[in-house]
Amino acid sequence: MNRKPPEPVELIKQRRDRTLQALVGGVPFIRFLGIDFDRRGDELTAVLNFDEKLIGNPFLPAIHGGVTAAFLETAAIIELSFAMLWADVESGAIDAEALTPATLPRLPKTIDFTVDYLRSGLPRDAYARARVNRSGRRYASVQVYAWQDNRDRLFAQATGHFLMPARDG
Amino acid sequence: MTAEGESHADHKARIARQFIQAIPFSRALEMELLEIGQGVAVIRMPFSDALVGDPQTGVIHGGAVSALMDTCGGAAVMSHPEALAGTATIDLRIDYMRPARPGQPITARAECYHMTRSVAFVRASAWDDDEDRPVAAANGAFTVERAGKTKT
Repeated sequence: MNRKPPEPVELIKQRRDRTLQALVGGVPFIRFLGIDFDRRGDELTAVLNFDEKLIGNPFLPAIHGGVTAAFLETAAIIELSFAMLWADVESGAIDAEALTPATLPRLPKTIDFTVDYLRSGLPRDAYARARVNRSGRRYASVQVYAWQDNRDRLFAQATGHFLMPARDG
Repeated sequence: MTAEGESHADHKARIARQFIQAIPFSRALEMELLEIGQGVAVIRMPFSDALVGDPQTGVIHGGAVSALMDTCGGAAVMSHPEALAGTATIDLRIDYMRPARPGQPITARAECYHMTRSVAFVRASAWDDDEDRPVAAANGAFTVERAGKTKT
């Protein structure tokens, strides 16, 4: 049998990291909030690095509800966008090396977003993972959950609907 | 308490400024409380390059609008005559109707339209310079901690 040799692991990682960087690196508001993404294969974890400016209630103290909402929405839209690009980047249809914030294809847009606040956000780092439960030609539905110290004790969860960009052809 | 020689209007404006100044994240987004009282709050957030969510178009990130809506909803609940002892968001749904125009401030108005013993129901909308076409609408439930009552 004539098999193709496996692709070097460095190349695979570089292509995926490059794609993620193009999605995240160019967005000023993601930088303003101090959100990073941790990638394992196609699994993303959004990390909200705590900063004093994120406080909404200085007496508790607790993270601002708007920060929590923005963090979960960012986790959802990056997860959905990364999933949308994945197949084309893996097949080579999109050249990851050439991907920059300016050359990205059009991305999904939020239609609506609903956040449940389960506990107050403590003044420390927070983590979020999103799951695309449906991604159709026009609409997508995404769930997100977020925690701080213990993954079993969520401090917020959310559901959002997104409008997918029109595809060429 | 009114400071000596301060008019009622000045007093209200000072309380409004202090409300935002006491919240670090609202201060970081440079929010300004324009109106508050009787369960209604109006807050404006200036445009800033740091709030951009789409670098290709310069449109503000939905999360920044969410933060404005959440702050405004909380302020509306706290300004309700029956609840003056703080509040927390239980849930908040935001509908994004159109992208806000780059460079323009966003103004949100929230109204606490119903209050039970423990829950405040709030609706809100937000617009840019075009006041007739909202950029977003929100609906939320907030906790109620009543003034002068102790928890059992």
